[in-house]
Amino acid sequence: MSAPLEIVKRPHVENFIAWAKDRPDVVVLSADLTNSCEVGQWRDTYPDRFFSMGMAEQNMMGVAAGLAREGYTPFIHTFAVFIYRRAYDQLAMSIAYPNLRVRFFGFLPGIVTPGGVTHQAIEDIAIMRATPNMTVLETGDATEAESVLDVAQAVDGPCYVRFLRGEMPRLFPKSEPFALNTARTLSEGDDVVILTAGITTEEAMRAADFLNRKGVGVRHLHVSTHKPFTDPAVLDALKSCRYGAVTLENHITTGGLGTAVSELMTDHGVGKRLIRLGLNDTYAHGASRDYLQAEYNLDAKALVKAVGELTGAGFEASDADINAARAESGASDAKAEAL
Amino acid sequence: MSAIQNDWRADAAAAAQRMRLRGFDYVMRNNGGYLSQICSAAEIFAFLYGRAMRIGPSAAPMIPGPFTGNPGPNNPDYANGGLYNGAPGPDFDRFIFSPAHYALVLYVALIEHGRLAPEALEQFNQDGSRMELIGAEHSPGVESTTGSLGQALSQAMGVALGRRMKGEAGAVWVMMSDGEFQEGQTWEALQALSHYRLGSVRIIVDVNAQQCDGAMADVMRIEPLAERAAAFGANAHDIDGHDFAAMERALDSADAERPLLILARTDPARGVPLMNERAPVLHYLRFSSDDERARYQAAFDAMAGA
Repeated sequence: MSAPLEIVKRPHVENFIAWAKDRPDVVVLSADLTNSCEVGQWRDTYPDRFFSMGMAEQNMMGVAAGLAREGYTPFIHTFAVFIYRRAYDQLAMSIAYPNLRVRFFGFLPGIVTPGGVTHQAIEDIAIMRATPNMTVLETGDATEAESVLDVAQAVDGPCYVRFLRGEMPRLFPKSEPFALNTARTLSEGDDVVILTAGITTEEAMRAADFLNRKGVGVRHLHVSTHKPFTDPAVLDALKSCRYGAVTLENHITTGGLGTAVSELMTDHGVGKRLIRLGLNDTYAHGASRDYLQAEYNLDAKALVKAVGELTGAGFEASDADINAARAESGASDAKAEAL
Repeated sequence: MSAIQNDWRADAAAAAQRMRLRGFDYVMRNNGGYLSQICSAAEIFAFLYGRAMRIGPSAAPMIPGPFTGNPGPNNPDYANGGLYNGAPGPDFDRFIFSPAHYALVLYVALIEHGRLAPEALEQFNQDGSRMELIGAEHSPGVESTTGSLGQALSQAMGVALGRRMKGEAGAVWVMMSDGEFQEGQTWEALQALSHYRLGSVRIIVDVNAQQCDGAMADVMRIEPLAERAAAFGANAHDIDGHDFAAMERALDSADAERPLLILARTDPARGVPLMNERAPVLHYLRFSSDDERARYQAAFDAMAGA
């Protein structure tokens, strides 16, 4: 039995302060969600580099664009929905079109928040992938939340980061930081490829554990770069698997990870089945993460069922099976997200 | 001093008249176009380029090269149209051009101020040209992409904030159209400029009271604009937009903390009174008959002969 996972509390708070210390070009813009996006202490540490924009996201995009033109690197911090839904035209025309170095830190991805439909970013990856010049990243644990800063900063253009806050597990060792366009291989196997990103990775680690014990060879890949999506390891896995692939995303199944995988398979003539798990052309609602994961088939049980369908084995996992896997993998018991 | 002032006014008046004539000529040869914007805004551009903006000489070719692609990671040699307003420098002003539909007005203004060759106008709205119908930031004189109206003022604020952090003295000029005051973002920007006390941002608005659907008073009322803007913290001046002396007085009132907002009330048929027949739909001149075209030709000939 492996050691219990480390649970990290609000890693961004201190990490971002330390990281920004010797980077005077880095400025932060916030739209009245400063503590909610874990930059309250950052503001107090670097008051001259922090700009409160109030509840006015459209203007915030333009201000970020102007600052970027003057050589600063704005790090916009707000809930993801208010970046890509509320101010998309400004994001696209003022920032993305001119390829300006603005970093969008989008909080509350998918169903992590009980804040309901207005606060749940369920189509952000689709929209950001569809935006020319945009690089699209997603963090899945504390190590990625810490090390994504270097990756985003190295992008010579706009960069969207689907970001986690609060308590989160450390799934990946600190010695293995976020690497652009590089999937992490979390389990090896030749039967089925499972691709996950963000919070669905921890869920899939439990399913993969169960499946491997059932004798199904699962190659589990964790994706942290949605665009560009050209990692040869992903294509190799898709080509070499026996039965096909399953994607599990905290996002609608249109335009996100499942779509990116299907595009890759189509472009390279990989004629295998792909089951895309995620929100299926629906909005979610306000409830706990566990409840919503079960309701919308975003959990380990749904993944096991999909693999059963793919392989023809038709097996399912009970709660007890998954809980056993949870205990054995030392899966996280991070505190539930609240507003 | 007053003699110098009179000099700039006389030169600016002549430049505005040449802008009208050149724009009218183009519209006649093109069989239609954005004429009312030239008629309304000629003095505004003559004021900006002839008096208000402290800018260096153009750092771009007199005849623009062809369009060479959009900004992006694979286009490192992208040339920004702002270079027609001079190379940036700490003490120079910057020009952010908001109503990109005024592109023809801007190009004509650049020509009359020696920043663009007259023959460059032949590229206007031609395939593969930088001199697009509605400019983007590769178009001459255009520093940032603002065709989606209401976005420039926020961009200008970011530029001004950045310049303040760097200790630069230059101002950031923004030319806007009045229709943009129907957009919520404009008010977000004014609110933020006021909050951050950015008096280095200086806005001049062509208040011609016209928009695509017709008279603004019918489409969506924005008045009383000066009072509204002042309530948002702007140093607002409501003036005759064809009166250089009034523009200069407004400019002289600029202060360090409040964004300057010059509301230049203009006549969209200024110099071409024939256009009043079409009121209130003046956004784009399109001849409805040979007879109408002939009457505009006569009006042009009269202006050219004057």
